[in-house]
This record gives sequence, structure tokens and C-alpha cells, in this order.
Amino acid sequence: MKLILRKRESVSRRASLLVPLISFAVSLVFGAILLTVSGANPFATYGAMFVGAVGSGYGISEVLVKTIPLILTGLSVSLAFRMRFWNIGAEGQLTMGAVAAAGMALFWSKGLPGWTVLPLSILAGCIAGAIWAGVPAVLKAFLKVDETLTTLMLNYVAILYSEHLYYIAWRAEGYNSGTEAIAEVAWLSRFMGRAHTGLFFGLILAVALWAVFRFTRWGFELKIIGANPTAARYLGISIARNVVVTLLISGAISGLAGAIEVLGLSHRLQQGISVGYGYTAIIIAWMAQLNPLGVILVAFLMASLLVGGDQIQMKMRLPASVGVVLQGMLLIPMLAGSLFRDYTLELERPDDDVAHAETAEVA
Amino acid sequence: MGILTLFTSIITITLRAGTSLIYSTIGEIYTERSGVLNLGVEGMMLSSAVVAFATAFYSGSVWLGLVAAVLMGMLLAAIHAFLTVTMRARQVVSGLSITLFGTGLSSFLGERLGPESNNFNLVGMVGPKFTPFDIPLLSQIPVAGAFFKQDILTYVLFLLVPASWYYLYRTRNGLNLRAVGENPQTADAMGINVARTRYIYTILGGALAGLGGAHLSLAYAPGWTENITGGRGWIVIALVIFAMWNPARAVLGAMLFGGINAVQFRLQAGGTSIPSAYLNMLPYLTTIVVLVAITWWETLSHRIGAPAALGQPYMREDK
Repeated sequence: MKLILRKRESVSRRASLLVPLISFAVSLVFGAILLTVSGANPFATYGAMFVGAVGSGYGISEVLVKTIPLILTGLSVSLAFRMRFWNIGAEGQLTMGAVAAAGMALFWSKGLPGWTVLPLSILAGCIAGAIWAGVPAVLKAFLKVDETLTTLMLNYVAILYSEHLYYIAWRAEGYNSGTEAIAEVAWLSRFMGRAHTGLFFGLILAVALWAVFRFTRWGFELKIIGANPTAARYLGISIARNVVVTLLISGAISGLAGAIEVLGLSHRLQQGISVGYGYTAIIIAWMAQLNPLGVILVAFLMASLLVGGDQIQMKMRLPASVGVVLQGMLLIPMLAGSLFRDYTLELERPDDDVAHAETAEVA
Repeated sequence: MGILTLFTSIITITLRAGTSLIYSTIGEIYTERSGVLNLGVEGMMLSSAVVAFATAFYSGSVWLGLVAAVLMGMLLAAIHAFLTVTMRARQVVSGLSITLFGTGLSSFLGERLGPESNNFNLVGMVGPKFTPFDIPLLSQIPVAGAFFKQDILTYVLFLLVPASWYYLYRTRNGLNLRAVGENPQTADAMGINVARTRYIYTILGGALAGLGGAHLSLAYAPGWTENITGGRGWIVIALVIFAMWNPARAVLGAMLFGGINAVQFRLQAGGTSIPSAYLNMLPYLTTIVVLVAITWWETLSHRIGAPAALGQPYMREDK
């Protein structure tokens, strides 16, 4: 028997909603198998993760703490992925944003009025992130250098540079690592536990980007470039300019995430700024199907997995990386499921016109 | 005399550091030659490294460790093949998902497979390893003798590299493989099963990436540390471009990066004033520079090394 795959005119809405949900369930099942094989009780583990993440005010506030950088990096990656620019450098852009924000707050704003330090630090973080994404964008736009590799390599460079700063060059006297704390005037205020007002940057940006994608010509151009670069060229859309502009903004958003981590959470440059949010962002962007509002939800879910992982490490002596494994497993069923979003499956009948269909043998 | 010893030591370290890169690069060359880009190398190497070490640690056999690594690499590569060939997922995203999954899996296994006395952690455990041994006579040659003071996995490369070149360019199977990567429509018309070819060589690439990962945890830096690859899986993707998809040239690129490691090692051992962070950036910055140079050179000389259908799914009735 033969199965016919027919490309849908437009993606199936139902599948767009169902596929991420089913993927999450599949990931939990595979995670349960992995836990069982490694000698842990999956039900107890998942239960403890759930309770640890959202079962208390403390848990929820910690989830929000991680949701903040995940929304921002998720938006940053979604924006670049919209035009099929594979920015996997959000981690490095975030790190450089943190470096620049700390540098501004600690050193470069000396002598300026106190109230300017916070906005200047945020600006510095955005600029640093934009530069870090801008270099691969320019190399791609004008020399066609593969962006996956350049954005990724710059992650390692950024992390090594930040380590050099907080271990050696900027280290506070009397400490093994970490800079001096930044002045309190430049801190973002907190509203629940350690959760801080950085959250609103993410929420506002998500709504803004959603509107931009939906209602502006630029949003339309990104969509066309992503879907069909040749068509974009015929429509007179400059791909090179769009690549550079979009990536400057994408990098700035990741840089903002780093700046907010310093200004709202750690209040200094120290170890633990770069913990993989920029990579989780890739999963978030794809799970949210590049929809900025979806990013908010998925970021919250991913943050819950991370906090749940931390909790079981403390309570059950299980590795915190259970959360990371579950995240890593999400994309696999998600990608397999995209087939059902983009194609319909039909059984072949002898008199079928298969001219525009693609066939796949199913044993 | 001193300078000869220095050269010998640099060549020795270069080869040792380059071995895992060569295995994985040749594997990725096979995969990409079939038209499949697999960005999952980093994840395959990491997961293979951890299972290789864990298996060797418990069984006492490095050889069983190798088998486990190869199986792990093949499993992850098979997932990539299933997603991209059968389910028509985007190759870039599918490869990324393999790397993200493999990275998470390796850190989980590293914190879970260890002995109970060490809180189930594998980090810090000492297990069996491949040790270098001298080949009589040949290892006595000044400087070049360094090539014959290696471990068995490096010696195997002396056969694997020419054999891969021969297979790709001088055999019927190699011709079919290249045809699938260059023009799957024509290959299909010639009677070659495109999907099967892509599955086979993607999984072969995974097996070789598994050996690359195993060399790290069983020979180059015996033991398990989180993120033992340090981005080598990504450098491999760049090396394939640098090698222009030719296994023989892959050696040159891997030697370049192995050489950078050796120089780093020498400078740090010699007590330089350059901060180690900047030295450690060298491989990543070099990758970017090499990529820019090779892309520019390709544009100027109108030569494209990449298989023409690389990254594109093949759909039979599609025009």
C-alpha cells in the first residue's frame, strides 16, 4: 500500500497546536524510560519536579527568574529564524550583553548622574549583543559565510572573555571570582522573591514583535525571505540589508537579556551568567513556531523544567540535568510532527492524479 | 637538539589532539556527500564520549567502550536520518536538535552513571584508556618518528584516511554516494535508492563521530568531564568545508587545529604572559577566519566544494 503526502495550501492550525502538546508528552514518556533505566522512579521524579516548580510561591518566583532571559533569547532567536538565519549565538550575545552592562554600571558611567546608570547599562548590553550578532550577519550578507558556525564560535569567544573578566581583569579584591557589586541605583526592582521587573521587558517586546510580524511591511518582508528568497528578490526586497538589520535587533534582544540578568539578578558579573539560555532559546523558538506570544508560554514551561530539575537535585539527589534532557528531547517529536502540519496523508487510489503529490513508500 | 625535541613534541600533541577531529570530520564528509547536513556532531561526540568511558569503566575493556560509542553515535545519527529523510524536517534544525539532546543526555548520564560512592557522578573517575605505544624502528626516526608514538586509534587513521579517499573517488559505491549528494534526481533515475543511501551514510557518519568522541574520553583526555568536546563537534563542521568534502584534505585541517592545541599547550606550559582565556579563544577565532577565507576563495575562484544537493530534502515527484 502506498501513502501519498500532499503539501497543504496553508499549515494546519489544529496540528500547530496539537504537535507541540504531543511532543511534550512524547518527551515525558522517553524521559520516563531513561529515568527508569537509570534506576529512578519517573512518577516520583516528575511529581517532585512539578511541585518544586509551580507548587509554591517560591517555586513560581524562581520559574519567573528563569522565564525572563528565556523569553528574551527566545524572541531573539525567533526573529532571526523567521528569515531562516540560523542564529545559534544567543548565548554569546547574552554573555556580551551582561559584560557590557556590568562594565557600564561599574566603570564607564563614573561621574554621571545616578539615574542614568540603569538606562545606559541596558543600552550598553543591547549594543554589545547587536555587535556580537552583527559580525556574523555582515559576513553572511556580504561574503555568504555560513552563519551557524560563526554565531556558534562567537559563543565560546564571549564566554572565555567574560571568564577572563570576572576571574582576572575585573575581579573584586578579596574574592576568587566575580566583580564588585553594581550600585543599587542601577538595580531593577523586584516584585516577588528574586523575580524582577525585567519580566516586563520580555512581555512588552513579545507583544510588540507580534504586532510587527503581523501588521508591518518589515514583518511581511521577513516572512517572504524565510519562505522564498528568490521571490523576495523579485519583489525588490533587499536580503542583505534585512539580514543585517534583523540580526542587529536579534542580537540586541539577547544582549538585553544578559544586561537584565546583571541588573536584576546577580548585580555583578560572575559565574553562572552563561548557563545555556541561548541554546534553550532554540528549542523555545521552534516549539513556539516562531510566534512571539507562543514564546512567552514555552519559555515559562522550559523555565519550569529547569527549576524542577534544580529541585529534584536538592530533594532526590537526582541530576538537575533531567530538565535539560527533557528539553533536548522536545524538538525530536516536534520535528517529526511538523510533517503532519505541512502535509496531508492520503491513501493512494489507482485513478489518483499524483502529478503534484509526493509519494512515500510506507512498508 | 632542543629544537628537534620541540618539533617532535609538537607533532605528537598535534596528532593526539587531531585524531578525534579526523574521525568525526571523515564521518561528516560521508554524511554530507549524500546530501545530508548533520549539525548533530557535537551531540553525537558528547554522548559517545560519556558512554564510551562509562562502559570501559565498568567492563574494564576499552574495546567495549568503543563499541558503545559507535552504537550511540549511530543511534543519534539514525534519529537525524529519520527526521530529515523520512519526515522531511529541516536539516539544520534537526541537527541542532540532535546536538541539544546529545548535550543534555551526556550531562545527565555523566551525573547518573557513576558509582554510588561518588554520588553517581562519573567526573573524577579513573578508568582504562588507550595508551600510546612506539612502533619499533619507525619511532626512532628524528621528528617524523612522532607519527609512530601514538595510540591504536591514531594508527587506524593512517588506513582510514586513504581508504576513505579511495572509496569516495575510485569505487562504484563512492560514485553512487557522490551522485546522490550532487543530483538525487539523476541518481534516482540511475536506479540508486536515494533514501537508503542517505540513511546508510548518515548512520556511518554517526559511527565515526562516535569513535571521535570515544578518542576524547578514552585516549586524549581519559575520563569524563562535562562538555569534554569543547565545541570540537562544531569545528568538525567547519573542517568539512575547509576540506572541501575530501577526506585527504580533512587531515590538513585537523592538523591545523591539533597544532593550535599543541601551541596553546606549549605556551601555557612555558608560562606565557598572554592570559589563557585569549589562548583558549584561538581555535574558535581560527575557525571563523578559516571559514571567511575559504568562502571568499570559493567565490573568487568560482569553485564550490559542497555537494550541490546538500541540505535539500529529496522528494521524488517534486519538481
